[in-house]
Amino acid sequence: MNKSRGYIIQGIFVVVAILFSIRLFSLQVLDDSYKTAADNNIIQAEIEYPFRGLIYDRNGEILVANKAIFDLLVIPTQIKNIDTLRFCNLVGISVEEFETKVKKAKAYSYVKTSLFLKQISLEEFSKFEDHLDEFPGFVLQPRTTRSYTYPILANALGYISEISQYELDRDTVNYYHSGDYIGKSGLESNYETYLRGLRGKQFKIRNVRGVEKGKFKDGKFDTLAVPGFSITSTIDRTLQEYAEKLMKGKSGSIVAIEPSTGEILSIVSAPSYEPGLLSGKDFSKNFNTIKQDTLKPLFNRPLMAAYRPGSIFKIVQALVAMQEGVITPYTRFKCNTNLIGCHNGASHPFGTSEKLVGAIKNSCNPFFYQVMRKMVVQHVEESAYKDAKIGLDKWNGYVRNFGFGAPLGIDLPGEKGGLIPDSKYYDRAYGGREWKFSNIYSIAIGEGENLVVPIQMANFTATVANRGYYYKPHLVKAISNTGNPLPIYTKKNYTGVDSAYFEVAVEAMAEVIKSGTGQWRAKLKDIEVCGKTGTVQNDPNPDHSVFIAFAPRDNPKIAISVYVENAGQGARAAAAISGLLIEKYLKKDSATLYFEPYVLKGDFE
Amino acid sequence: MRRSDGLINQLDWMTIILYGLLVIFGVINIYAAVFDVDSTSSFFSLSHNAGKQMLFIGIAIIVAIVILSLDYKIFDTLAYPIWLVFIILLVVVMIFAREVNGAKSWLEIGSFRFQPSEFTKFATALALAKYVSKPNFKIGRLKDMFYLALIIGTPAILIIAQGDAGTALVFSMFVLVLFREGMSPIPLVLGVVSAIIFLLALLVENDLYFWSPVAVIVGLGIYFNRKNIKRIILITAIGFAVIGMYHSVGYAFESLLKPHQQNRILVLLNPNADPLGAGWNVTQSKIAIGSGGLSGKGYLKGTQTKFDFVPEQSTDFIFCTIGEEQGWLGSMIVIILFTALLLRITQIAERQKWRFARVYGYSVATILFFHFTVNIGMTIGLFPVIGIPLPFFSYGGSSLISFTILVFILLALDANRMQRLAH
Ligand SMILES: [Zn+2]
Repeated sequence: MNKSRGYIIQGIFVVVAILFSIRLFSLQVLDDSYKTAADNNIIQAEIEYPFRGLIYDRNGEILVANKAIFDLLVIPTQIKNIDTLRFCNLVGISVEEFETKVKKAKAYSYVKTSLFLKQISLEEFSKFEDHLDEFPGFVLQPRTTRSYTYPILANALGYISEISQYELDRDTVNYYHSGDYIGKSGLESNYETYLRGLRGKQFKIRNVRGVEKGKFKDGKFDTLAVPGFSITSTIDRTLQEYAEKLMKGKSGSIVAIEPSTGEILSIVSAPSYEPGLLSGKDFSKNFNTIKQDTLKPLFNRPLMAAYRPGSIFKIVQALVAMQEGVITPYTRFKCNTNLIGCHNGASHPFGTSEKLVGAIKNSCNPFFYQVMRKMVVQHVEESAYKDAKIGLDKWNGYVRNFGFGAPLGIDLPGEKGGLIPDSKYYDRAYGGREWKFSNIYSIAIGEGENLVVPIQMANFTATVANRGYYYKPHLVKAISNTGNPLPIYTKKNYTGVDSAYFEVAVEAMAEVIKSGTGQWRAKLKDIEVCGKTGTVQNDPNPDHSVFIAFAPRDNPKIAISVYVENAGQGARAAAAISGLLIEKYLKKDSATLYFEPYVLKGDFE
Repeated sequence: MRRSDGLINQLDWMTIILYGLLVIFGVINIYAAVFDVDSTSSFFSLSHNAGKQMLFIGIAIIVAIVILSLDYKIFDTLAYPIWLVFIILLVVVMIFAREVNGAKSWLEIGSFRFQPSEFTKFATALALAKYVSKPNFKIGRLKDMFYLALIIGTPAILIIAQGDAGTALVFSMFVLVLFREGMSPIPLVLGVVSAIIFLLALLVENDLYFWSPVAVIVGLGIYFNRKNIKRIILITAIGFAVIGMYHSVGYAFESLLKPHQQNRILVLLNPNADPLGAGWNVTQSKIAIGSGGLSGKGYLKGTQTKFDFVPEQSTDFIFCTIGEEQGWLGSMIVIILFTALLLRITQIAERQKWRFARVYGYSVATILFFHFTVNIGMTIGLFPVIGIPLPFFSYGGSSLISFTILVFILLALDANRMQRLAH
């Protein structure tokens, strides 16, 4: 009996051996997680941040550069015998903050580096650098943030800041890590994939005390950082600076385009902010201040502010109606103020009639009422209601071809499309009730439901300057990898209106400047400017002052749209600003800039 | 010469070969465990643990030869004096020893230092064997059990007093030896059951999960024995005892164990609870072994050991180096070698006609078994971290030499078993 107990004991030995074998098999062969854990123990990826691409203006001046900042990293196990108080004084934190930060780092890892303090500026760094060896466990990681050569163009350039959790979650290719900087708005956001470059990684082996023990696998997996591509913007720095100067203290926007290329020479959103405020350590503080500003400096007006186009729209109407064949340049309409009031009744006493060029020059509302009626009411259907629908949708198609009613596709985020109504729109607006021309006639003169954004008006001006086509407006003329803009910006977009009709529009816009009332503020010596005022009603507040212009008449170099909010008639603020900018751009240093004091003074009543 | 020829023929070479393989495999891995890429000290350098271990192996071989050349009867004759000498040494240690890792167990004489507690294992085994092989010994008799408790308990208590509870636990293995010699299995079963209740008390979140099965079992017991009042009372009493024990464990755990001991047990139950603190050793040890894969990372290529993530790599956690560098296959070699050795020793014990030799043989087997199970079990997270060495593998002279003595006394007794029979 006792001998059989010997077998029981041997049995226990064997059972333990089998249990160990199974346990070891599951631990070593079946479960892969320990391999990863072992690698994670020793391998620390050291990041080498790439140099973000620079942004130049069209003449090669640097607009956005990089400046060095430093992140302070900590390896908790290596903190030994340091003078905490002295350390805290040097880096400018309290002892409590120090304790919390070290605790947080320890919670992540004792042996791996954690971020201790972000974005130490070069000045703070130089104070601290010489004493770094007194504080084992702390290392400085060089990084870069943005610096701005000129305090201009904030909304177009955009800013970079630390990536948000939302953006991290959306990054399915895992390019980004938490703590990375990413372009949040403007060109920084739109050209993020070109500007960001490629992060370098060095895999270092560290032992349990965090001491470096060489490269992992002799550096087989190491990569060097690849700098991002630089971009050359279409902006003319001098013109931009001048435009911002003119808009100081005002609300509104300016867009200037080179018609032959669609390149944006200047884009102003006023009021703006100083771009340097959103770079570096005080980002959050400054961002909140700017965001809470009631004047909305972050609202990028040239792309986002939708206005009724006003009288400027009469040129669109003229072009559409001529192409459709419902009028000719010689068609006359009476200034019948029973239909609609006229701005310029003095030029049409007793309802006398006028031809197209004169009607544009004098901005005759009854004329364009009748143009629009011919356009919409073409008598192809018995029912006036059905007839209006067909006519309106035909009109809508033409107008959309000019780039209205939908975002143009500029290389900046947040562009709005405005609104050009069609039959579906009115069906919805009238809730199923019938409508016909007499219900919608105010769109004839750019009022009513029409909405356009300033960039569309500038693009339209460039289209007229080109006599019928446009390149999509864009802000980048070359990305350094190809030397070209994005392909969509090299394609001509035709309006479908004959260039002969555009000559009529050009003639009318030239007349506006030459002999229109009050538009003389945009008139320039030696340069034939073509333009059109608009005064957008904004009850109960003062009207918006609007002006579009291009110059010179032949072979135009610049097309511009200016919106000055609550500044009254277009012939005043907006026309004066347009004239100054055209002169500044075309004449450079020899510009006389006669109306500059008038504009800077800002009193347009 | 005839005597030594006969001895060589009588020696159990199988055991010696297994012993030799374990020792050689051990020293190779000690070299790997302390190997540092930055230093180029040779394998045999005495500044290196592997070099020192080679020296210990040399001493162990001499000790083995001395044991084999002694008259085998001396172990029987001197069993009690040897036991007494080491008991005295344990007391001396407590007075003069220096503290290492919270335990006062090292005796220092010049540059030579050793751990008497390691040697009390074979001394106690000899004394136990001597007592059990007494002609009028009767297992279960109160007087005999008292003396047995004295022989086993004295060194155990002294070692616990030194603060080395891990080594003291080894002495519980003698219960298994007595079981083989005919002792009632009840203490063994009770021990296992208490251990299970202890673990459940720490693991079970809601007392109800413990109560309900106990209630069901007691209820069923009463139902099936409903005609036997005595049994019903017994079953009910056991039920209450179990519940009472369950509830006293929580109290005992809090009040009797030191915080670091509590931690070791809690970490075993859930190593992820505190991976950087108390769980560090277990976590890193499991990572080392687990990352070895099927065939390991290659000799001297283990990152966990090379970069010091595993604590006490050449002593208590030596198995990590094997697991990491030699993988599952290497680990299996160790498991197979040990199990073969244990089974071989059991067989040797069984073939002894002399009760002294048999009891001693079983003591050797169960002591080695305890070290093997607890040491490897702790490295793979099956047991709490109890600092005891892996026999023949772990770096350390006291450990290697004491295990060598343990095994070779058995081989000496075994080689002379025929002579004993001739008496
Ligand atoms: Zn009129």
